Amino acid sequence: MAEYERVEHDVLVIGAGGAGLRAAIAAANSGARVGLVCKSLLGKAHTVMAEGGAAAAMGNVDDRDNWRVHFADTMRGGQYMNNWRMAELHAQEAPDRVRELEAWGALFDRTTDGRILQRNFGGHRYARLAHVGDRTGLEMIRTLQDHAIHMAIDVHMEVTVVQLLKDGERMAGALAYDREKGRFKLFAAGAVVLATGGIGRAFSITSNSWEYTGDGQALAYQAGAELVDMEFVQFHPTGMVWPPSVKGILVTEGVRGEGGVLRNSLGKRFMFDDIPENYRPQTADSEEEGWRYVMGDKAARRPAELLTRDHVARCIQREVREGRGSPHGGVFLDIAWIKERIPDAAEHIRKKLPSMYHQFMQLANIDITTTPMEVGPTTHYIMGGIRVDGDSQMSSVPGLFAAGECAAGLHGANRLGGNSLSDLVVFGKRAGEYAAKFVSTRGRGTPAASEADGAVNRALAPFDRAGSGEAPYAIQHELQRMMQELVGIVRQEDEMKRALENLKGLRDRARRVAAEGNREYNPGWHTALDLDNLLTVSEAITRAAIERKESRGGHFRDDFPEKDSQYAKFNIVVRKAPDGSMQLERRPIPPLPAELAAIIEEQQT
Amino acid sequence: MTATTFRIWRGSRGKGAFTDYETQVTEGMVVLDAMHQIQAESAGDLAVRWNCKAGKCGSCSAEINGQPRLMCMTRMDELPANELVTVEPMRAFPHVRDLVTDVSWNFEVKKTIRKFTPRKPDAPDGTWRMAQEDVDRVQEFRKCIECFLCQDVCHVIRDHHKHDEFIGPRYFVYTAALEMHPLDTEDRLRDLKEDQAIGYCNITKCCTKVCPEHITITDNAIIPLKERVIDEFYDPVVKLVRLFRGKKKT
Repeated sequence: MAEYERVEHDVLVIGAGGAGLRAAIAAANSGARVGLVCKSLLGKAHTVMAEGGAAAAMGNVDDRDNWRVHFADTMRGGQYMNNWRMAELHAQEAPDRVRELEAWGALFDRTTDGRILQRNFGGHRYARLAHVGDRTGLEMIRTLQDHAIHMAIDVHMEVTVVQLLKDGERMAGALAYDREKGRFKLFAAGAVVLATGGIGRAFSITSNSWEYTGDGQALAYQAGAELVDMEFVQFHPTGMVWPPSVKGILVTEGVRGEGGVLRNSLGKRFMFDDIPENYRPQTADSEEEGWRYVMGDKAARRPAELLTRDHVARCIQREVREGRGSPHGGVFLDIAWIKERIPDAAEHIRKKLPSMYHQFMQLANIDITTTPMEVGPTTHYIMGGIRVDGDSQMSSVPGLFAAGECAAGLHGANRLGGNSLSDLVVFGKRAGEYAAKFVSTRGRGTPAASEADGAVNRALAPFDRAGSGEAPYAIQHELQRMMQELVGIVRQEDEMKRALENLKGLRDRARRVAAEGNREYNPGWHTALDLDNLLTVSEAITRAAIERKESRGGHFRDDFPEKDSQYAKFNIVVRKAPDGSMQLERRPIPPLPAELAAIIEEQQT
Repeated sequence: MTATTFRIWRGSRGKGAFTDYETQVTEGMVVLDAMHQIQAESAGDLAVRWNCKAGKCGSCSAEINGQPRLMCMTRMDELPANELVTVEPMRAFPHVRDLVTDVSWNFEVKKTIRKFTPRKPDAPDGTWRMAQEDVDRVQEFRKCIECFLCQDVCHVIRDHHKHDEFIGPRYFVYTAALEMHPLDTEDRLRDLKEDQAIGYCNITKCCTKVCPEHITITDNAIIPLKERVIDEFYDPVVKLVRLFRGKKKT
């Protein structure tokens, strides 16, 4: 029998970014004994990277805003692929979740009358993002972390889950290892909340850190849960492109919210050339009107730079492909130009975008108050993920919940900037509460010992191949390059079929992967174990992307460049078939209730 | 592209030695890139703690040529050209492996600091009003990314090993953020004086110098806290007033 330490909790939360922390707090508030597993140290999760803000229709800056407008904006941004119940709950509950953060110590930027200030962002009709300069995510994660450490929550830092454990059909725990010593832990829990974030590391150009290897999506899939919308990956339009070592690091949309403009090598603001029909009524006719909007003129409409991310990313790619790009293969993002319009522009930029100022100064020797940045698309976020019930966030496996990026539904085919931070707290809270409720009514299961033993043996296998097998880094790099090239921002059937073939080959190599050295804090071993998850999510993304023969939101097909109304009727569900193969299903989208349909209708203009 | 030698501390639980690795340095590279390249080329099990690689999470703290710094924000072209680069783990914390240290002491210290306790909401809508100028100074402290470089460089911790008596610059910044928070009602001055040994700090400002977020730790956080402690416990006028009023020290 394999050796492991046994740890018991009522609710086990896997992942300690905004969603995981909020879920842990909610479960503890419901009286559950909570374990919180972090892949890294507490407070280092990707939430710290979020810059722009949390979208919540509080109406502090523009009193025309309310949840109905936010709901309609989210659905329009998601091209109506969204789980409408989640979009409804999110729009209704986000303001309370943001105010709650303030009650726990968060200090958002203020309006002149002392309320929480809100900023403009792509796809949001009114100024809606509560923010702290351009480090909103850090403020959120620190607030949640500092609140949680005074509660009955056991934190397990630098612990990675390798398998979920079931008792019959229900969730019963997880098997994990700690990075420091490489020892195994068996978590027995009545319910599990997955809050593991994204899949960015499946691509070579990404804003995501090493942790985002699709763990939650893959663990849930292996445990029999359904994934949905996996073809919808968001390529953020503005990542750094130079120097090479920082390629992909995020440049916040807040730059454009504060008046930054995109220009090609001819100096032209190309975003005004291609405005999608359904956004025309809300988009400025001229650069002049766009500037008035940035300055808070309520009669003015958004500049074209603030169209949705999927659209802006493709326009940038078009400019580069057609030879109008910047020297290092991006376009120019210029915030320095606002000095023509406002006094003390340099000071204003440093105040509103301090971390962007530092990032470019330190990593690229560029002063953004005087010089345009070079930017290009970077893999940022996956809209798809674990299919959950809109109210409870429970997956198709009883007792397995998911929240935040690893869950799917809220964002549909494309996420609006700012809707992620609010997603974390709205659905983190719901997942934690419903998980605690699940345990109080259904009690705990007993994780199957055979499953745990199997997981330990699989995890240790790379050491058995030391000296003979292949090192993991080359396999990981090849997977990332291949996905970027063949299943990236512009897709085609034949390329994606080639990607599926390549994935088979990479999986064979991953089966022979070796780890050198011992189990103590061994990154080679960890990379080897992460490969499985990366391969699973890459296959799910590729298969779903082949299945959707149209272009919609984050999913763009060169061979089917238009939207197809037939494809508006269903989501693509991915699950593991009894024979172990990956199975796809077209699942009809349930009809909108009349009152929500009416909101979308009234918000069309 | 130039070949550069990195002298990296390798070993486990404090036992180990420097090992030299050579790798190619290209334009714009940072020290963390070099560590990753060495992992992929010749030392697959080189232990490095890192996350965001953008100076926002504070995971990759180490000592580069003897200076406490973030590996992800240290550009190779700002180090002396054509010279060997030494990379060591932080020295103020127990060693785990290679460049990784056990920083859990910091997380334990944080739990001992009295938590944020807001006054009752007093605006008509059930929330609070705060002016931007009142949150500005606290926002400076809240920029902290918890990289613990200030803890690493502080001689009270690093050289005198006062981990049990002293909380260190990070937690003076944390306490200052709470004490100066416009809504907070808790009093942490006695703790600072008696349990957290703020008096040990002799304001050499080493912490301020290494802070990657450029927080003016000493001037804006530690000195004001020291002044508040002095006003509370040592001010002769206050003492006299208290004596006559017969008021107990709070």
